[in-house]
Amino acid sequence: MRDTQPLLSVRNLTVAFPSLKDLVPAVRNVSFDVGREKVGIIGESGSGKSTTGRAIMRLHPGKTQITADRMQFQGLDLLSQSERQMRAIRGHRIAMILQDPKYSLNPVMTVGEQIAETAILHENLSRREARLRTIEMLEKVHIRDPERVMGLYPHEVSGGMGQRIMISMMLIAKPALIIADEPTSALDVSVRQQVLTILDELVTGNDMGLLFISHDLNLVRSFCDRVLIMYAGRVVEELRASELDQARHPYTQGLLEALPSLTDPKDRLAVLRRDPAWAEV
Amino acid sequence: MQDRNMIEVAGLNVSFGRRPRVNHVVRGVDLVIAQGECFGLVGESGCGKSTILGAIAGRVKDWQGTISIAGVPVRPDRRELAQLRQQQIVFQDPFGSLHPRHTIGRILAEPLEIHGMDDRDGRIDRALDQVGLPRRFRFRYPHQLSGGQRQRVAIARALILDPQILLLDEPTSALDVSIQAEILNLLKDLREERRLTYLLVSHDMAVVTHLCDRIAVMQKGQFVEVATREAMVRGDLTHPYTRLLREGSLGYRPAASVAAE
Repeated sequence: MRDTQPLLSVRNLTVAFPSLKDLVPAVRNVSFDVGREKVGIIGESGSGKSTTGRAIMRLHPGKTQITADRMQFQGLDLLSQSERQMRAIRGHRIAMILQDPKYSLNPVMTVGEQIAETAILHENLSRREARLRTIEMLEKVHIRDPERVMGLYPHEVSGGMGQRIMISMMLIAKPALIIADEPTSALDVSVRQQVLTILDELVTGNDMGLLFISHDLNLVRSFCDRVLIMYAGRVVEELRASELDQARHPYTQGLLEALPSLTDPKDRLAVLRRDPAWAEV
Repeated sequence: MQDRNMIEVAGLNVSFGRRPRVNHVVRGVDLVIAQGECFGLVGESGCGKSTILGAIAGRVKDWQGTISIAGVPVRPDRRELAQLRQQQIVFQDPFGSLHPRHTIGRILAEPLEIHGMDDRDGRIDRALDQVGLPRRFRFRYPHQLSGGQRQRVAIARALILDPQILLLDEPTSALDVSIQAEILNLLKDLREERRLTYLLVSHDMAVVTHLCDRIAVMQKGQFVEVATREAMVRGDLTHPYTRLLREGSLGYRPAASVAAE
């Protein structure tokens, strides 16, 4: 039985960064729910998609102003949690997968130690138990020789394997929600397919929620259940992924038309004309 | 004279490093590109596609085989300035490829100085016109420009020497979709106006198919297949690796295609 309550419920989220003079809003009045499903956020650089993802984890610097009418995760008000309480949520109940394993894994720790660390920290496992869990996790992400890989340092593994290691690290504590920020953008096409398959298996198999941040329309369209389209810090449209072609907002339509197509190439690509009104509420 | 061969490459081999740790990056590549043609190279990171570009441009100086540009054979170690002018590169990252402390004017003047060309002011103005940037931009610095504008500057810098060949190394992969469309349209127009020959390196199959007449698929330093645009669109491909790349760029297949253990 699936519960009907969404895992994450966000209403009117605004994130503003202080500048010398005033506050610069990067995300403005964003509302959405994530259930046990795959929700994509699409947008161009600077649209606020990553800022939204990081705001949920409260990963922004202290001076950042995060306000929302509601930011609830499994009945917990994320905004009123203390920093100490947040630490127990991050990595444990909400996990984050970042774009490039080269920069987001600790270069001076072996892969095995890094994965085990999460389990030891959040579940109070002994080193021996954590080691067994690590091996089990690495097998789940289809790494063939986990005992050998555990002893490697991040620079000794390929990009695709690095990303699978990161996924195993994020899933070892069995979080309810995963935020994946461009998890496959640094990977080659063939490896990308493999990493997505693993992510799909684990998310669907364990009944988790996934917030998938990406700029790749084709990818989000085929991978996610629902899509939010962000422009200038706002969600301009929300659609079922399968119905992206019927987008009504001119920005979404413009993006789709600007995309070169492999199966239906046009002589010239449509150029997106930005309407200042899209940025207004 | 549509049929003149602009780029001819035969038996190209490139390796880096010394024995016993030689890395053989390009393994016997043959390639003929006609004047006015756009030829694409696709493949995954490390397959040697940018190295081929480097050898043709004169950046990679240690290769075996033959390369002829416009019918004239070039040597790996020494190239005449007048020859180097014939082919210019546009790099991937417009943030890294423009000098951060030079104005756009100075960036565009530098190739003119190196090649001893006259009428520098006029050439800079015309180059900016061609890539659709206002002339006053020559007084700006790269950080005052957006990513798409910077890539236009990089294209202007390549065009300012009146080359016959543009070597494009992932020219749009650092750009947003809407900006990518503008740059792709610009490249298409310039090629028609100036009868340029393009060699485009990319990992994005849709971009390559949009721009190129023929597409070579590379794996481990070799061509595994050369397909026409039509074949790529139809999916009429022979090599399994080409099919893998094509399907992969169409999006995610929620499939049992990858063995679930």
